[in-house]
Amino acid sequence: MTATNPHLDLVGGATAPPTGRRPARRSPYRAAETRRKWFEIIGLTTPAVIVYVMFVLVPMGFAFYYSLFRWRGVGPPTDYVGFDNYVLAFQDPIFLDALRNNAIIVFGSLLIQGPVALGVALLLNRTFRGRTLFRLLAFVPYVLAEVTVGIMWKLLLSDAGTVNALLQSLGMGGLVQAWLADLDLVIWTLLFVLTWKYVGFAIILLLAGLSNVPQELNEAAAIDGASWWQTQRHITLPLLGPTIRIWMFLSMIGSLQAFDIIWVTSVPAVRSLGASATMATYMVDNGFFARLWGYGNAVAVILFVISFVAALIFQRFLLRRDIQGAVTGRAK
Amino acid sequence: MTANAVPPSATNRRPFAWGSPLTYASALAVAAVSITPVIYVIIGGFRTTPQIVANPAGLPDPWTWNNYARVLTQSNFWEQTFNSGVIALGTTLGVVLLGVGAAFVLARYTFRGREALYTFFTLGLLFPAGAAILPLYLMLRDLNLINSYYAVILPQVAFQLPLTIVILRPFLSAIPRELEDAAAIDGTGRIGFLWRIVLPLSRPALVTVGILAFVASWNAFLLPLLVLGDASLHTLPLGAQNFSSQYTSDTAGILAFTSLAMLPALLFFTFAEKQIVGGLQGAVKG
Repeated sequence: MTATNPHLDLVGGATAPPTGRRPARRSPYRAAETRRKWFEIIGLTTPAVIVYVMFVLVPMGFAFYYSLFRWRGVGPPTDYVGFDNYVLAFQDPIFLDALRNNAIIVFGSLLIQGPVALGVALLLNRTFRGRTLFRLLAFVPYVLAEVTVGIMWKLLLSDAGTVNALLQSLGMGGLVQAWLADLDLVIWTLLFVLTWKYVGFAIILLLAGLSNVPQELNEAAAIDGASWWQTQRHITLPLLGPTIRIWMFLSMIGSLQAFDIIWVTSVPAVRSLGASATMATYMVDNGFFARLWGYGNAVAVILFVISFVAALIFQRFLLRRDIQGAVTGRAK
Repeated sequence: MTANAVPPSATNRRPFAWGSPLTYASALAVAAVSITPVIYVIIGGFRTTPQIVANPAGLPDPWTWNNYARVLTQSNFWEQTFNSGVIALGTTLGVVLLGVGAAFVLARYTFRGREALYTFFTLGLLFPAGAAILPLYLMLRDLNLINSYYAVILPQVAFQLPLTIVILRPFLSAIPRELEDAAAIDGTGRIGFLWRIVLPLSRPALVTVGILAFVASWNAFLLPLLVLGDASLHTLPLGAQNFSSQYTSDTAGILAFTSLAMLPALLFFTFAEKQIVGGLQGAVKG
């Protein structure tokens, strides 16, 4: 759920509305007030700064340090190997499979969830009786914990599971598949589960964005004789641009880190062959469970750098306009 | 949402030529895709495993409460619910307290380095929690925090802070300066202003931020998986995953456990849905 916000201002530094500036004047009273002000500033921000630095920034620094060693996690790392761990990772076909799978998830999510969510959001933005209920139902998958979703689909999609049984009884036995065991198929099955789970998030965001589109514009278009489709195409969609781009950003970052559902739904044996591994599952399998801590941390740094660079590029080329719009048009 | 709900005229005029039956048919299709699997799991919990094996897609015949009763009485379901609750509440409280402090300073004080501090926090949005998990585990191990609630709460608070500050700051900035001046004239300092005026006024934003933190914590899996090895500290997601891999042949039991594990989130969301969508609405303003 990160940053559903146009102030996703990660490089520029946003400008908050000015709080009003008092002329600085040297007087004992002023000095006391200034001291007091700084006292409050430090008192109120320090706890947040400490927790944030300690648990968000410092670990990433350590990850890079550990990644330069061959280390089993016991005692301080001593066996310095430079960038060997990184070289090893890119030579491991399983890791390359994980990279490919992440790419499938990133682009698959964008290409499938985007249009589907847009259609559903436009539908649920129409006024009709029972709309609230239908909205709630459409959000259900998104609310469920990843683990419950994973367990659920694992049961449904197992070889003797419900999906295959249904296909069989509907006379479509030819479509019966080893959904989670077929090495070529499993990543697409997982992409389906991820889509089912996360499309609701896109719908929530788009509906929130749609509710900001002024009703007057639609009415004006209707008066001018525009059809419903024309209105959506020429008025609603362009106005939704910022929301869509923010969703794309969040979806991309989330897909690069995909772990929970993949971990729970896919069988470890299939994962270890690379067919259903992602960077994150590969990292946890090797770093935590196989106790290759130096190597695992190298994978963590790779995952971090890929996410960071992708985010910066996205930010640079797509979100910039939204930030400007957000800053100038924020007074509310 | 409110904007759409308010004008009844829009409902009656219906300027668009799109048949209502088609609308309902599509809406029903969407709802079916979303909830059929969930309903299947809940109903499946009322069957026995032999029934399920014989016909995976059938209805309960007869209905049995046994699976649900078993999960509620024999498994660690309640203990895990309690752990999830403590961790989620702790996370929410921590995020809101620390977030309000920082966001208030960033919104209402003028000082050198303010924007730098804000950028510093927002940078955290680019630090994926997943990537930091291994070093985080090592650090918590060195701090002797593994197998404690803190091992989950503290990192969750830290990773939720950037988003919280980004959402809260505009809200706190938008409170009119006149109110602050009036408070000052009445002899209230800025802290009093924060406590008596800002906090009550920004309650919707605080609730949104709190809900986001609570749900993220309630559903979290990767961090608890690594740092809570002790089974008595397991949260619901860990419990559900363990139950399903431990009793693989007890399909009915897994379905019942999974249903019970999803129930709190579903109820919670049903009550908070308006709040979440409303809160996001301000945030995704184009």
